[in-house]
Amino acid sequence: MVGYTIRRILQSIVVLVGVLIIMFILQSLLPDPARAIVGVHASPAVVHAFIVQNDLNKPFYIQLWHYLYEIVWQHTLGTSYKLNESVGSILKRDAPKSFLLVGVALLISIVVAVPIGILQAVRRNRASDQAITGVSFILYAMPTFFLGELLILLFSEYFHVFPAEAPQGSTVGQILAQPTGLILPIATLALVNFAGYSRFMRSSAIESLAQDFIRTARAKGLSERVVLFKHMLRNSLIPIVTLIGLTLPAVLTAGLITEFLFNFPGIGSDYITALTSQDYPTALGITLIVAIFTVLGNLLADIAYAALDPRVRY
Amino acid sequence: MRPLTRACVIESGRNRFTVSITEDLNPELERELAAPFASTPGASVPEGGDVTGSGSAWRLIVRSFFDNKLGILGVSLLVLLLLFSFVGPIFYHSDTTIATYNINLPPGPGHPLGTDPSGRDVLGRLMTGGQDSLIIGIVSALVSTIIGTLWGAISGFFGGAVDTVMMRIVDVLLAIPTIFILLYLETIYHPTVLLLIITISVVSWLTAARLVRGETLSLRTREYVRAVRIMGGGRFRTIVRHIIPNTIGVVVVQATFSVANAILILATLGFLGFGLAPPAADWGSMLSGGVNYIYDGYWWLIYPPGILIVLTVLAFNFIGDAMRDALEVRLQRR
Repeated sequence: MVGYTIRRILQSIVVLVGVLIIMFILQSLLPDPARAIVGVHASPAVVHAFIVQNDLNKPFYIQLWHYLYEIVWQHTLGTSYKLNESVGSILKRDAPKSFLLVGVALLISIVVAVPIGILQAVRRNRASDQAITGVSFILYAMPTFFLGELLILLFSEYFHVFPAEAPQGSTVGQILAQPTGLILPIATLALVNFAGYSRFMRSSAIESLAQDFIRTARAKGLSERVVLFKHMLRNSLIPIVTLIGLTLPAVLTAGLITEFLFNFPGIGSDYITALTSQDYPTALGITLIVAIFTVLGNLLADIAYAALDPRVRY
Repeated sequence: MRPLTRACVIESGRNRFTVSITEDLNPELERELAAPFASTPGASVPEGGDVTGSGSAWRLIVRSFFDNKLGILGVSLLVLLLLFSFVGPIFYHSDTTIATYNINLPPGPGHPLGTDPSGRDVLGRLMTGGQDSLIIGIVSALVSTIIGTLWGAISGFFGGAVDTVMMRIVDVLLAIPTIFILLYLETIYHPTVLLLIITISVVSWLTAARLVRGETLSLRTREYVRAVRIMGGGRFRTIVRHIIPNTIGVVVVQATFSVANAILILATLGFLGFGLAPPAADWGSMLSGGVNYIYDGYWWLIYPPGILIVLTVLAFNFIGDAMRDALEVRLQRR
């Protein structure tokens, strides 16, 4: 178990370095951003100075080396080309807000999807099961932004209950101070995640229900509630841990789109702004953070899987 | 528990091998497996699971696919969408040039679904947008599935260091959410149908590669693969003629789901402003244009493209699910 954990951690670091290599190769394929950054009226000398200052005339592996050197020795992720601040401070300011949005939505979707999936498995093929399956099928097929737009049309255009724009502010506290603005973005993200998780939970619960330990629990005379929410729940939760790890990229992508749609001041909105203004250091920093969370999520899921299920041995 | 011996025909390319499989089958499980066939009218499967008795394996798959109501629904939806996009323009002529004198017209005579902010007919644009969306979705799913299948089969077949390196590359690409890589590429280059096909294919072959690698790991130890190698078959011949044809079930199901995925990715790119530029159209870009008028009540700019995206994705998901079930039925009948 310890050996497995260490091996997985080393593997994750290799993957993260790989992510950086790919991002630097990608950037070296893109046109030089210098002219776009310093502006059309800048003299050639200024453009040249910008190129030299940012290593843009060096091959990508030298740039990568400098980047890694800065991370390890100076604990910095470079400076934004466009905003006069370091990428680190942008991330420090905006990443917590994004994780608040994504985290709350993820939590809600799991808390709702797990019991609903179990109930569907118990009432398999009855009207209620089929209705929920139908809803989750449609939600699953719906692009995040279309779902968000429908919620905006329904709740802020026709009924005027919730605002269509996310709260603005630079700290998590300021965001939380306007909770009504958070409802639609969180609902959008939670519904998108719910669609995937409830379908998975249903089939996982159907599999668990057919197993011997459920029959044993029932034969012992345990109440149906104890059987379902103690014996079965615990066993169906194991695959969902892996699923959360695996779906993290999709969850973060949905987060990016939700932020853009509701103008939420998180790193997703920053990413799109950075790309449209060719602010590569900011885009790179955000990609790196997202990759770290994806890799970390998978790592924790694998370790949790081994810890939760005594049958798993490495 | 009682051991069962069954004849099993393995088809690999043009070669057929008959192998007998002895397996322990739980009698209760066996009854459960047999139950659906006993009650299916028309499918007369003799006791013991005779595979060749009632036609080829593919005919069985097709039959059980069409026993599935959702599968039929998916295929009909897809046929309707294809007719709408490709045959529709033949019967419905529309002017897709910019006409500032009739912008944002509500649905009415001459424009069954109104006009967009540039005065173009929405219904006509939905049709051309459908062509591009479906072509990009289907072709990029095909290309990415081919890349993924080859990658996974080579990785799994060779094993060892080759496998480690190839799979770490997959891990690395999986760690960066697809949209993040795509946005990088699309911000610089002006999206065209070809560019969108290439970029979406480049980022979506990973799942197929993982699945096919998993299948290959178990296939490469099979007797017939060893037989090919002993008879002097080369590695690439073994992979292309014997391993890949046997992963075709997984591959086809995965390809279907990846069409749905590609259409969602395309719609998202369009929504974020990185879709096809007018006069070309894709449903995502059209929807994105409608968002600006979300408070003006111009519903015809939002619902039609949104509903078409959902229907297309649903159709491919239904077909994929039905195909997976059909292929599992084949496995059970063995």
